[in-house]
Amino acid sequence: MESNNAKPGLLCSPEASQSQRTLYPYVTGTSVVALKYKDGILMAADMGGSYGSTLRYKSVERMKPIGRHCLIGASGEISDFQEVLRYLDELTLNDNMCDDGNSLGPKEIHSYLTRVMYNRRNKFDPLWNSLVLGGVKNGQTYLGMVTMIGVNFEDNHVSTGFGNHLARPILRDEWHEDLSFEDGVKLLEKCMRVLLYRDRSAVNKLQIANITEEGVTISQPYSLRTFWGFSAFINPTPGAQ
Amino acid sequence: MGKAVIDVPPKGGFSFDLYKRNAMLSKDGVQLPPFTKTGTTIVGLIFQDGVILGADTRATSGSIVCDKNCEKIHYMAPNIYCCGAGTAADTEAVTDMVSSQLQLHRYHTGRESRVVTALTYLKRHLFSYQGHVSAALVLGGVDFTGPHLHTIYPHGSTDTLPYATMGSGSLAAMAIFESKYKEGLTRDEGVQLVTEAICSGIFNDLGSGSNVDICVITKGNKEFLRNHLQPNPRTYVSPKEYSFTKKTEVLLTKITPLKEKVKVTEVGDAMEE
Repeated sequence: MESNNAKPGLLCSPEASQSQRTLYPYVTGTSVVALKYKDGILMAADMGGSYGSTLRYKSVERMKPIGRHCLIGASGEISDFQEVLRYLDELTLNDNMCDDGNSLGPKEIHSYLTRVMYNRRNKFDPLWNSLVLGGVKNGQTYLGMVTMIGVNFEDNHVSTGFGNHLARPILRDEWHEDLSFEDGVKLLEKCMRVLLYRDRSAVNKLQIANITEEGVTISQPYSLRTFWGFSAFINPTPGAQ
Repeated sequence: MGKAVIDVPPKGGFSFDLYKRNAMLSKDGVQLPPFTKTGTTIVGLIFQDGVILGADTRATSGSIVCDKNCEKIHYMAPNIYCCGAGTAADTEAVTDMVSSQLQLHRYHTGRESRVVTALTYLKRHLFSYQGHVSAALVLGGVDFTGPHLHTIYPHGSTDTLPYATMGSGSLAAMAIFESKYKEGLTRDEGVQLVTEAICSGIFNDLGSGSNVDICVITKGNKEFLRNHLQPNPRTYVSPKEYSFTKKTEVLLTKITPLKEKVKVTEVGDAMEE
């Protein structure tokens, strides 16, 4: 997480400052991992909301469907994610009111979110999130990401936070075009398992979301099987007593 | 500019002339320049017959690659090797020092060195320097009690693990280990997994790069595979030769061989290195 400690010389002194700015996040979600497969997008996120170093909330849904064509996943401050959902609600509602038979696709939502995040960052009041936006419209799959400073890009597989360091190397090695649904889920579970072992804010309760031309399905929460039975864990120093 | 040479105190030792200036600068918020680090991926794993260590070969100084093919797997004893991440000078010095201490210990005891001995020497040294010796090490070897693999952190704490990674590329390499490691790997499977983990560090971490070094240690035998894999070859060579503009004309070339002053005859045993 980038800290936002400003040196006193750069901004006006605290007493004179009128702006309300997010200084640091409070309730945070950890990584989201997503990839493109044959029929659409698969996205996985665990259900943990950490309050500092406490795992305070264990049933936070960090992935939500948007409109008919999109799926959004978020890591970072949960309250800012809820605000983003309100913005998107307003956006899709206004779009429905036009009643012109067209609905916003993933590219448009991604573009909208990029503008929102970048403009908030320019006002030194960021929405402290990394958002993953995936969807299918008219046969075209799209997967993109926006961070709290407005960095945005589109790729075949994305991930946020710790996932960038732990999941992305695995995805770069093993992702290929036209993955089947089962292979995609296996690959995502592989990434989530590594994150579970090595990210301290990960929880063993995750959901996998799937979006295709037909629509969105978010799975029921389930947990991954882990293995702790290495002989070196049980008896680390044989012969050194 | 003033003097080109700094005055060295006549009796040797440190010169504290700049102390006042440094104190003044640090009060104004100027920080010391950072040390040159290696920025590394180093790994180790235990397989059925012993230990395999792996490392990349890039040494960085800030954002410049200063050595494209350095050696990060250091010799400690005939049956013990150590990979080093962190400040290059610190890893080199501390492994050299402990290697010498281990040899003296072997002379004292008349036995093969144990991995836990190397571990204790290293951790005692690093702890006494309270983390200022910036060396993060992966120590592996096979002694009569079996194969051992340890990680040592700059402050002096140690872990004993079946598989370990250190350095800036440690997360990329650990992702590979956590998803693919299992007990009882064969030698070829182990070398394959270590290569994959180092490659993951080379291609996903900016501080690691170039080639993969491997060291396989088993009971009574070791194989040091320098540049086992070279996934970053220099592919582009300019088809045009380099041409330099003519500078100075050569007028005369004369070669005078040096005259032999002393004749050396080797009698008895050859001089030891």
